Amino acid sequence: MSEYILEMKGVSKYFAHVRANYKVDLQVRRGEVMALLGENGAGKTTLMNILYGLYAPSEGEIFFNGEKVNIKEPQDAIKHGIGMVHQHFMLVQALSVIENVVLGMKGSKSPRLDLNEAADRLKELAAKYSMEINPWAKVWQLSVGQQQRLEILKALYRGAQLFILDEPTAVLTPQEVEGLFDMIRLLKSEGKTIIFISHKLNEVLSICDRITVLRLGENQAICNASEITKDELAELMVGRPLNNERHREDTGDDNPVVLKLEGVTCNNSDGLPGLKGIDLEIRGGEILGIAGVDGNGQRELAEVITGMTHVTGGKVTISGDDMTNADPIDIWKKDVSHVPEDRHKHGVVLGMDLVENNLLINHFRKEFQKGPFVDWKAIEKDTEEIITDYHVKTAGKNELIKNLSGGNQQKMVIGRALERDPKLLLALHPTRGLDIGATEYIQQCIMDQRNKGVAVLLVSTELDEVISMSDRIAVMYEGRIIGIVPPTTSISDIGLMMAGVEPDKKDDQE
Amino acid sequence: MAGFISTFLASAVRCAMPMFIAALGLVFSERAGIVNIGVEGMMIIGAILAYAGSFLTGSKWLGLLFAGLGGMAFGLILAFWAITLRVNQTVVGAAINIIGAGLAVTINRMIFGVNTVAPKINNFTQLHIPVLSDIPFIGHILFSYNILVYIAIALMLVLHYVLFHTELGLSVRAVGENPRACDTLGINVNRVRYGATLFGGLMAGLAGGYLSIGQLAVFVEDMTSGRGFIAIAAVVFGKRNPVGALLASLVFGAGEAVQYKLTAGNIDIPFQFAQMIPYVLTILSLIGLVGKTETPAASGIPYVKE
Repeated sequence: MSEYILEMKGVSKYFAHVRANYKVDLQVRRGEVMALLGENGAGKTTLMNILYGLYAPSEGEIFFNGEKVNIKEPQDAIKHGIGMVHQHFMLVQALSVIENVVLGMKGSKSPRLDLNEAADRLKELAAKYSMEINPWAKVWQLSVGQQQRLEILKALYRGAQLFILDEPTAVLTPQEVEGLFDMIRLLKSEGKTIIFISHKLNEVLSICDRITVLRLGENQAICNASEITKDELAELMVGRPLNNERHREDTGDDNPVVLKLEGVTCNNSDGLPGLKGIDLEIRGGEILGIAGVDGNGQRELAEVITGMTHVTGGKVTISGDDMTNADPIDIWKKDVSHVPEDRHKHGVVLGMDLVENNLLINHFRKEFQKGPFVDWKAIEKDTEEIITDYHVKTAGKNELIKNLSGGNQQKMVIGRALERDPKLLLALHPTRGLDIGATEYIQQCIMDQRNKGVAVLLVSTELDEVISMSDRIAVMYEGRIIGIVPPTTSISDIGLMMAGVEPDKKDDQE
Repeated sequence: MAGFISTFLASAVRCAMPMFIAALGLVFSERAGIVNIGVEGMMIIGAILAYAGSFLTGSKWLGLLFAGLGGMAFGLILAFWAITLRVNQTVVGAAINIIGAGLAVTINRMIFGVNTVAPKINNFTQLHIPVLSDIPFIGHILFSYNILVYIAIALMLVLHYVLFHTELGLSVRAVGENPRACDTLGINVNRVRYGATLFGGLMAGLAGGYLSIGQLAVFVEDMTSGRGFIAIAAVVFGKRNPVGALLASLVFGAGEAVQYKLTAGNIDIPFQFAQMIPYVLTILSLIGLVGKTETPAASGIPYVKE
């Protein structure tokens, strides 16, 4: 038998004009945890989708247990014992756990589905890995962590030997990450092999045996996790040394309060309580970071401040004026800028050019109006300034925004929000999905605003980002702020709060 | 009074059948994520083909076969455009309704000419089941139908089992919710959707056939008069399961039966109002459902394999 359970040799993949993978080699030993490390867009997921049969490679060969294999569709990969846990879970929310497990399996000869028998097998399997799961629960009733466990169980149920975990920690609290790592160690002790896709250096170093680094779709390095430092790894991944320091100035702590929320409650889009009494204050010149697992009220918080959601109780004050349930445009006119959570949904119109996208949020300003008409010259000039000032890479101001890369779209969104000198900036996941270069740049832009005296509300699920940027950190859990702590608080304490554990009041006083 | 009630109920069942048979097929295509608003056009094609087929071959069963195949052919058109070409499903469905109505009239006039007396054809007639049909009251409500009604009910039980207790049914339900997840598990999403859409067309064609050679023995242009759309409502109202589709169809069938009673009896209201009853009932039932139905998450969205 070959030393390697899996070898991918010279694998390339082209999408129209984009080279996603170029002559990538990947060798994975049986029973090891191999990291596939790289920035967003480095080609990690593409490579794994090729291995799993979701994409056909443009060239290259795949060997499994030393034998050349031809994986044309996921069914082939499953037959070879490959299981993949996708970043966005491949679960059918409306179906039950056990239905999801048996879905697509050609079980017995009879077309009849014996769910009871399958449920027994699943429970047995779950017990073996000390997981608890109710086979009859609907998937939508499960927490994100449970859904991930279900995905792993699905692969185990199909007899997987090689597990591909695509950014598995992105959706977990620090404690859930520990649980996942325990699971990975258990699988490894059973002789299973794991490919761990990530762009988070700490995680890769703590759980993986070896690391394959991809950059711009090509092999960058293969190394042992025990023989490399975090900084070296970062440089391999990004192609230059990282700058983790953001220039932070002393802004004092007696600036006027810009945003004040008192006992604010609202309902979410399902009509259930989304915010359950939020009290917070942000002064000029400070960044209040919101930490929390996605879906714990962060979106609703931003929506009540921007006027997108109806407040059912409490009071929102902006620059001293009561803006509870005011029109979004009146809030906007109070010099509130908003970098929305999902730029494609709420930030830009993809089919419009940069000028039009800039006009969308500025049309009411006198300087862009000529009587009842748009002053196109003025808005074009303004757009050109944003492109220059915020280093937006584009063919020109009349380029459709969908033709820009994600990072440049986001620079445009940020530039548009900052160009008008806001007093309050709401930045939701401002660096989500961006590469490290764009992330550094955008974080510094936000920090500059703080240094200028702007009040900033920063929402992010990247705990590192919240800790490095914020002056104070508010942790949200199930629509409440469970505590406001200084950024010196340890990650594990914040992690506990993210899981709903109230902080020790004494520590809070410091 | 008992006679009146049993006659009324039996009439409701008969009226429910075209909607019910079409709804049985729609349950599958809807669950698979295909929106078929072309069912009205498929039904009218089924109606003319069954009538013409029975007339030309002398066999009602062959007529019914023509109806099913015709509906299936239109199902294939819908599937090809909606699944393979990924065209907006509502637009394709609307086109099928227009083509179906036009084509049915054309076939009718080509074979039977204009303004002639409808020829007598071999049609399905009430089945007299010894003993059972003679039971007073109950016999009339349960055992006074043609054979197609019993077949449809039996088929409903089979389809219910298929949908909820077989691998195939699980696949159908899953591709309408999360086709990408199915793809990663080795299910051929488009093949399942093609199958469900073809089956939907088949049943719509048969439903039309039931109308022209089961319920009646004549083809009238525009004889489906919205029953296809009511079938769609019945599927939604019946929560996209076969038994629910039967119950919902019975409600709408009862509305139609009331309408016949009112127009036949000398009751002093304009018949136009009576004729409105099934449609008003449809609208009211759907209003009552607002926000309560569980539409498959991927309904109407073509699946693009990356």
